[in-house]
Amino acid sequence: MIVFAVLVASSLAIGALNISDPAFDSQLLLQTRLPRTMAAILSGAVLAIAGVIMQSMARNRFVEPGTTGAIEWAILGMLCWILFAPQTPIWIQLIVAVLFSLIGTFIYFVLLRSVPSSSPLMAPLIGIIYAGIIGALVSLIAIHFDLLEFVWLWVQGDFSMIMQGRYELLFFTAILAFLAYRWADYLTAMNLSSSIAQNIGMNTQVIFALAILAVATIAGTTAVMVGILPFVGLVVPNIVRLFLGDNLRKTLPWIAVLGAIFVLFCDVMARLMVPPFEMPVGLVMGAIGCPIFLWILYRQVKRV
Amino acid sequence: MSEQALPMPLKGPRSHRLIVLAVSFFTVCMLFMTWNTSASWEFILHFRGKKLLTLVAVGAAIGIATLLFQTACQNRILTPGIMGFDAMYLLLQSSFMFLLGSFGFASMDPIFKWSIQTTAMTFSMLLLFKIVFRGSTASIHLLMLTGVVLGLGLTSLNGLLLRIMDPTQMAVIQDAFFASFSATTTELLWLAFIGLFICMGVLFRIHHKLDVLLLGEWHTNNLGVDYKSLVNMLLVLVTVLVAVSTATVGPVTFLGLIVVHLTYRLAGSFRHKITIPFAALMGATILIVGEWALQHVFAFQTRLSVVIEFMGGLLFLLLIFRQGRKCST
Repeated sequence: MIVFAVLVASSLAIGALNISDPAFDSQLLLQTRLPRTMAAILSGAVLAIAGVIMQSMARNRFVEPGTTGAIEWAILGMLCWILFAPQTPIWIQLIVAVLFSLIGTFIYFVLLRSVPSSSPLMAPLIGIIYAGIIGALVSLIAIHFDLLEFVWLWVQGDFSMIMQGRYELLFFTAILAFLAYRWADYLTAMNLSSSIAQNIGMNTQVIFALAILAVATIAGTTAVMVGILPFVGLVVPNIVRLFLGDNLRKTLPWIAVLGAIFVLFCDVMARLMVPPFEMPVGLVMGAIGCPIFLWILYRQVKRV
Repeated sequence: MSEQALPMPLKGPRSHRLIVLAVSFFTVCMLFMTWNTSASWEFILHFRGKKLLTLVAVGAAIGIATLLFQTACQNRILTPGIMGFDAMYLLLQSSFMFLLGSFGFASMDPIFKWSIQTTAMTFSMLLLFKIVFRGSTASIHLLMLTGVVLGLGLTSLNGLLLRIMDPTQMAVIQDAFFASFSATTTELLWLAFIGLFICMGVLFRIHHKLDVLLLGEWHTNNLGVDYKSLVNMLLVLVTVLVAVSTATVGPVTFLGLIVVHLTYRLAGSFRHKITIPFAALMGATILIVGEWALQHVFAFQTRLSVVIEFMGGLLFLLLIFRQGRKCST
């Protein structure tokens, strides 16, 4: 616990120190720095939780909003928003994105149910290809309307555009994360199997619907606010699971904290690499997350 | 694991279908060159001719590479693109650029550069293969998932390298992500055709051994063909062909899958003597028709590679579903 607290504090300090070092214009800088750090913490924590909710619902350890098309659908929604109603305020864009990712997640589960094979690796495989197809569709539409630059800005997860007044909607997803914690026991039960969940008196359909709604909201909001942050929802819950097991009541806070640390760390890295410039944090996360994911995957497979 | 569907019943001689395809290939070429010409012939020959050659080289290279890869893995879903081959190639290319500096990279002899890259690529791919295919227990799904995730990671790494080299430019990464069929240099095109012809020559000499390979490792060794060395050689050929197509246009992940499945369906034979040229012609024809249709029929402002990605992704899902169903029954 202390280790984690120290890690959070140190990564916060590094994040703050790096840019405020040359110019001591602290008042102004804090107005972009603090929101940025907050956004990184929030989106990391919330995405990790979305990943774990998704994993409980699919009863599969290798799914997350990014590998199930939820985020690609959100971006499709943003594209539709900019095509049809670009003048409306940002919360409408948010709602559209959330709605689209809800549809996308629903379609994913329908697809998953219709696969007869029971291999646990099918779920992520189908999900990634499905996400790729939607991504290609987004590119098709974007190229046709000459909006590729826009989409590209959205797709690359990036915290550099975050300022005061631009990220507060992310706090809304934090409420969802708290709700997930309140209902953690339900999620744990769903992870066991739906018949067990039913046996202990749960309405699995309602829980399922609520969980999907939460995941879609988180995916849509983070997509609108920061863009695609790959592998958080996949890597973090699996690492926590290795050490602490499956009881979400116990592990959910850890997952949130570790998710925040992961994103914050990648964001600091992205700023440190080529000092005056910034790398898109999504690329850093992709490069770091991929080997970790493969390691978890092979560890899992070896044990089975 | 292997799904060796019997070929469709044959009608007439085997080479019949190949000839039909070749004829339609040439018709398509003519159509592509002559349709709706308004500029002078000299300009058209230069402009469209180069594009046509690019399409032919890439289509043929990807078609053959995928076919060989599937023969080597004895699996009909895996393709070099899905296993992350082209992402690997692009990453190697940008690491070279990173190490040498973009000036040193640009001033190098392209043929020398290309051969160094391809050699490095071949070694790293063989290494990767040994690691991934290590246990024969590895399930096909694990392989696919590894490849797909690896492709994602390598692409991220590649984008990162490109951004580090040129932090001000957003478009650099974008170009690395999408294939483009119109922006290639004449030297690269020459190189592509040389690579292609060398591979074809080698394949012509060993095509009968490839047919044996389809029977599986055990039978292959029994029939006096060294399985391991043959598979290694095939992988080298696949790497060269992937290098040819990726260096010329960029990544086209799913084209190979489409081409090869049409070949299995239509070639009417499983002999590599037929299927290799069939896949090559098929790849080229698909690309030419696609490009022509996008330009003239739909007048659609888009990139062919994105359309291929979309269609190929759908086909891949379909194949996985079908295979899953077969396994469960």
